[in-house]
Amino acid sequence: MSEPLIEVAGLTKRFRVSAGGSGTTGGSRTLRALVARRKVVTALDEVSFRIGAGELVGYIGPNGAGKSTTVKILSGILVPDAGRCVVAGRVPWRERVAHVATIGVVFGQRSQLWWDLPVIESFDLLRDIYRLQPAAYRETRDELIELLAIAPLLAVPVRQLSLGQRMRCELAAALLHRPRLLFLDEPTIGLDAVAKLAVRDIIRRLQGRGVTTILTTHDLDDVEALCPRVLVIGAGSILFDGSVADLRAGVDRERILTVDLEHEVGSFATSSATVVSAAGRRVVLRYDPTRIPTPRIIEEVARDNDVRDLYIEPQPIDELVARLYRNLELEEA
Amino acid sequence: MAASRGTLRTVPMASGAVWLYLRFAATHFRAQMQYPGALALQIIGSALFTAIEFAGVWALLNRFGNVRGWELAEVAVLYGLVMVGFSAAEATGRGFDTFHRQVRGGGFDRVLLRPRHTVLQVAGADFAFHRAGRWLHGAAILVWGLCNAGIAWNPARVILLAETIAGVTVLFLGVFVAVAAVTFWTVQSLELFAIVSNGSVDAGSYPATVYRRFMRHFLFYLVPIGTVTYFPVAALLGRPDPLGTPPWFGWIAPAAAPLFLAAALLLWRLGTRHYSSTGS
Repeated sequence: MSEPLIEVAGLTKRFRVSAGGSGTTGGSRTLRALVARRKVVTALDEVSFRIGAGELVGYIGPNGAGKSTTVKILSGILVPDAGRCVVAGRVPWRERVAHVATIGVVFGQRSQLWWDLPVIESFDLLRDIYRLQPAAYRETRDELIELLAIAPLLAVPVRQLSLGQRMRCELAAALLHRPRLLFLDEPTIGLDAVAKLAVRDIIRRLQGRGVTTILTTHDLDDVEALCPRVLVIGAGSILFDGSVADLRAGVDRERILTVDLEHEVGSFATSSATVVSAAGRRVVLRYDPTRIPTPRIIEEVARDNDVRDLYIEPQPIDELVARLYRNLELEEA
Repeated sequence: MAASRGTLRTVPMASGAVWLYLRFAATHFRAQMQYPGALALQIIGSALFTAIEFAGVWALLNRFGNVRGWELAEVAVLYGLVMVGFSAAEATGRGFDTFHRQVRGGGFDRVLLRPRHTVLQVAGADFAFHRAGRWLHGAAILVWGLCNAGIAWNPARVILLAETIAGVTVLFLGVFVAVAAVTFWTVQSLELFAIVSNGSVDAGSYPATVYRRFMRHFLFYLVPIGTVTYFPVAALLGRPDPLGTPPWFGWIAPAAAPLFLAAALLLWRLGTRHYSSTGS
């Protein structure tokens, strides 16, 4: 790893949330909010990690795991209760204005563009908000317009854009001031397959240009397609930090063998694998290659059945992560 | 696009806060002008609304002749001042007036993610140009009142009038900022606090002497709309104050407005700190 752009150590954040179900009905909501009983929830529990300049890191975890709390602290919106956090030599919340001038943030669910204005006018406003030098701004803007292929969209009011078109414009808007660090929060949410692939392609190309990127998402395909490194957070702690391949190896080694038969599934016999499903002409098996080598199981299945085709896949990454979370819950129980 | 070196080259000319605020205003104006018909209707509507309100004042005074010795023209001066100040504050500080909606949608996160002062960004987030209708109508009532209240004009009184108009506008800006700041603690509900902004409009439209002690103290000390309207207008009209303040007090009373705005901005700062520690 090159010298770290982000250094986080022992980061802790607790929230007081209303316990809910206070039983009172009627009355002012303000008053109820004030008298509601509170309980303390630990959103981040001594989280530590380092991210080097130029890395593209996937940051995943279930809802409420502490993902957005981490991102908010790194971007200077939120002040932690304890711990150290330095981004490019600055403590984000102490020097908010200087810090946010060097980061870009894209929220998949929220627009940063002005809804009623043509895209280009939002860009021009951002130029003035970020106090960009006109010549440098024009250069960056034109590069981004080409990279993201948004030239035909510039004169269109944002509200008339499709989600995929808007997302490309959002990416451009987040990069106009040439941030060193880019946060992408669910950038592919709601996109159709074509738009999703286009956005992924753009993220990959941006990263090639040296922008350090943190991608938070529920779409694990995004992570698998894009991120050499993945951080998994659960219940406020980092559960895993490494490559997707290591994530697979660490959680379990099981693979999925899908078998297509020449005839309807009647009786399918195997002693060395678990049958996940068997319907029509297709049987799906799960096996552990450390216990039965892949050539052996193929041989066995092909010998005992009338096989037309078969293929092997790793476990879907969603399964792996779900398993990681379940393990965590077992530990906590 | 090469990797950024993280240095931000600034442009002094384009960096002024006022300049950015005007950019926001111009942008909003153009966006609202996309529907010129709707904007025109809103302007007429807001003027009509004020007209109906003033008809109430007129009816009241027509029935009773005066309130605590204040004739219709004199009350019109108060009413016109409050309307002019309130609508100017509404038009320019609209972002604070609608701030609760921004907070709820997580919009304040976006404000914090941009390298400018939060007050500047929130003020520039929304503009109510259609309040021009109310402003014009308020100005008309004010001018009518000033012409018919028998004011002995001199240069000092002209300055006092300008000072008072500025004071009322600044005071209402302060009210919007204060009410918005409270949103940081009570994201859910605002009914309670809307009373403060709308209530001060009504309360400021009549001479403070009509109110009972408690209410009067509220309007003099807490949300000092009474202070910035009643005393200067009494001085403008050359009326002795039955409450016993010296005549020169009317000349310094509008200073309560910037003080109130400063307090509101302090509350705003506390609010943003609170937001940063709770994230909601």
